[in-house]
Amino acid sequence: GAAAEGRPVNEELRNLSLSGHVGFDSLPDQLVNKSTSQGFCFNILCVGETGIGKSTLMDTLFNTKFESDPATHNEPGVRLKARSYELQESNVRLKLTIVDTVGFGDQINKDDSYKPIVEYIDAQFEAYLQEELKIKRSLFNYHDTRIHACLYFIAPTGHSLKSLDLVTMKKLDSKVNIIPIIAKADTIAKNELHKFKSKIMSELVSNGVQIYQFPTDEETVAEINATMSVHLPFAVVGSTEEVKVGNKMAKARQYPWGVVQVENENHCDFVKLREMLIRVNMEDLREQTHTHHYELYRRCKLEEMGFKDTDPDSKPFSLQETYEAKRNEFLGELQKKEEEMRQMFVMRVKEKEAELKEAEKELHEKFDLLKRTHQEEKKKVEDKKKELEEEVNSFQKKKAAAQLLQSQAQQSGAQQTKKDKDKKK
Amino acid sequence: MDPLRRSPSPCSSSRPSSPRTPPCEMFGRVGIEAVLDQMKIKAMKMGFEFNIMVVGQSGLGKSTMMNTLFKSKVWKTTLPGSVVPIPQTLQLHSVTHVIEEKGVKLKLTVTDTPGFGDQINNDRCWDPILGYINEQYERYLQEELLITRQRHIPDTRVHCCVYFVPPTGHCLRPLDIECLQRLCRTVNVVPVIARADSLTIEEREAFRRRIQQNMRAHCIDVYPQKCFDEDINDKILNSKIRDRIPFAVVGADREHLVDGRCVLGRKTKWGIIEVENMAHCEFPLLRDLLIRSHLQDLKDVTHNVHYENYRVIRLNESHLLPRGPGWVNLAPASPGQLTTPGPSKTCRRAREDPEDGF
Repeated sequence: GAAAEGRPVNEELRNLSLSGHVGFDSLPDQLVNKSTSQGFCFNILCVGETGIGKSTLMDTLFNTKFESDPATHNEPGVRLKARSYELQESNVRLKLTIVDTVGFGDQINKDDSYKPIVEYIDAQFEAYLQEELKIKRSLFNYHDTRIHACLYFIAPTGHSLKSLDLVTMKKLDSKVNIIPIIAKADTIAKNELHKFKSKIMSELVSNGVQIYQFPTDEETVAEINATMSVHLPFAVVGSTEEVKVGNKMAKARQYPWGVVQVENENHCDFVKLREMLIRVNMEDLREQTHTHHYELYRRCKLEEMGFKDTDPDSKPFSLQETYEAKRNEFLGELQKKEEEMRQMFVMRVKEKEAELKEAEKELHEKFDLLKRTHQEEKKKVEDKKKELEEEVNSFQKKKAAAQLLQSQAQQSGAQQTKKDKDKKK
Repeated sequence: MDPLRRSPSPCSSSRPSSPRTPPCEMFGRVGIEAVLDQMKIKAMKMGFEFNIMVVGQSGLGKSTMMNTLFKSKVWKTTLPGSVVPIPQTLQLHSVTHVIEEKGVKLKLTVTDTPGFGDQINNDRCWDPILGYINEQYERYLQEELLITRQRHIPDTRVHCCVYFVPPTGHCLRPLDIECLQRLCRTVNVVPVIARADSLTIEEREAFRRRIQQNMRAHCIDVYPQKCFDEDINDKILNSKIRDRIPFAVVGADREHLVDGRCVLGRKTKWGIIEVENMAHCEFPLLRDLLIRSHLQDLKDVTHNVHYENYRVIRLNESHLLPRGPGWVNLAPASPGQLTTPGPSKTCRRAREDPEDGF
């Protein structure tokens, strides 16, 4: 027989020089082609007060009109509303999901406002984790709903962050990539804007809020990311209305005192936001969500469930033991449930039987009653019949007697008439 | 038609439904297609991995073929006449190189199987090979199951197994059949007719047809597997490939001068066999399949199908009762279990494909 040498022998990492064109430079294209045929998922969470311009900004970013019914201010709590769309640009198919926080900031008591948001984000991680843990799973065509970017809309007060903002962002920063933006930035004067931005950033730092860092480790994007980071939080204006500026139509907001052009970098940071969110870092946002935020969630969740990576030797075993225990627990519960159900079933059967017996007894009684009644009626009828017969009989007798009398009378009458005739002669 | 039909909004803690909405119209460029370049840049920075295994008897030119494929000295080839002892047992031997082309870095691992099929009694000679392949799946699985995982799990799984069929000209030998059957259930197999220069073109064609018949008769499903064709384009492309498998190849790592050109070839007394000349042999088809067009697909099928199949078996191993999703038991695998032939592949798409030919 053949003995097995399971481990590869002699593994060294050498850089080989190629004597000609091999052709694996097509690999990035091969990789990307796979993804284009499947489509990409990108999920944005918009956190901000009602009326702050979340929907308008999304419409502006993606050059389309997503929906039109604005929310009211009467929501009893914060509700997350997710909507999915399919966008296509050249050969790229994007499955975009926009999640809105309806009612955020409207309540008098905002203590629990962050909770539904955290729950939603966790629920998406949980769904992915469940799929990943399945025995028969299909991850390659899983519709990824994990939030890749959280746009946090800061109200343009011009002063500082609200405490709701700080609390919420602090709760979210370990779960999602936060990109803070100042909404409706056309209501802030330019000189105030700079101070506002600095105040916000320093407050974020002093409160230890980790916002998304545009990556600077890759040389092709390092420069643009570094330049853009300086302008955080982006002061944006959203608009889907077009106004004539010069000899072109541009997305803008028209005021009596002037026109705020959305795509004019002197007017607002919309272009910067679009660059960072879509054109430069979309893939990085997705990657960070998967390799950092999701892994953190997974680790916490599994540790919570009692799993550990101890020393290398016993790794599989600690996992195994815990799983065994869980499995037995689960089986025990199943058995208990089964027993309960069986008991209930037996009881129900007994009850039903008793009911049926009752019904049967009643039926028998009814039948007996009916029989008796029938017999009584029959007797009555027979009695009456007898009476009638007797009456008939006596009538017949009377009739016969009467007839006899009548015939006797006739005979004697005839005799008399004959006697009278004889006398006359 | 209303282009803005949207999927119903769910309640807060559930997942949004998968979009079955018609596409949204965008007025003007958004810049979504930039994500493709972003992906490419990231992929190039990370580098690529590719693991290939060559299976076949000694003397069929496996090492030379690898050198020819990757245009470099992957292996030291054994010169004719030199005394190289044939190993008494089958020993797998891997070597890893990093090669770079136009900024694309590829970490290539080639695993050789010297001693395969060389013994007098070759019974179960596939065991070490299957064991090696399964061991790589096991490694990956263990890494994947850790609580604290690496950002990028190193991939040592065999993405492609090139099986060298000796150019007998007749049909597949029992050893080939046994081996191919088992290998195909665990890994992507690309069979080739080795040293095809000893066969004429007509003999090659006849040999190829007979081998194809053998494979059909024994349900040997080689790469590219029909059930993984995703769409009509895939089907057309892959059917052409399937028609020519096994490729009749010749390997060479020496250059010669032919008509003023420098070509890779084998010099014989009756002529120079140009390796990259389609009229001489089908090496370019093999190279294009393995490297230029289907490399990523080989990796994807390994990851999404073969690895998942292995994982299902492993996770189900000591279960005696049916399990729901999420329950896992990781009893350590006993040595005998992993070399038995696994179940047939589950198709990536649930489509039934009634037609046999195309």
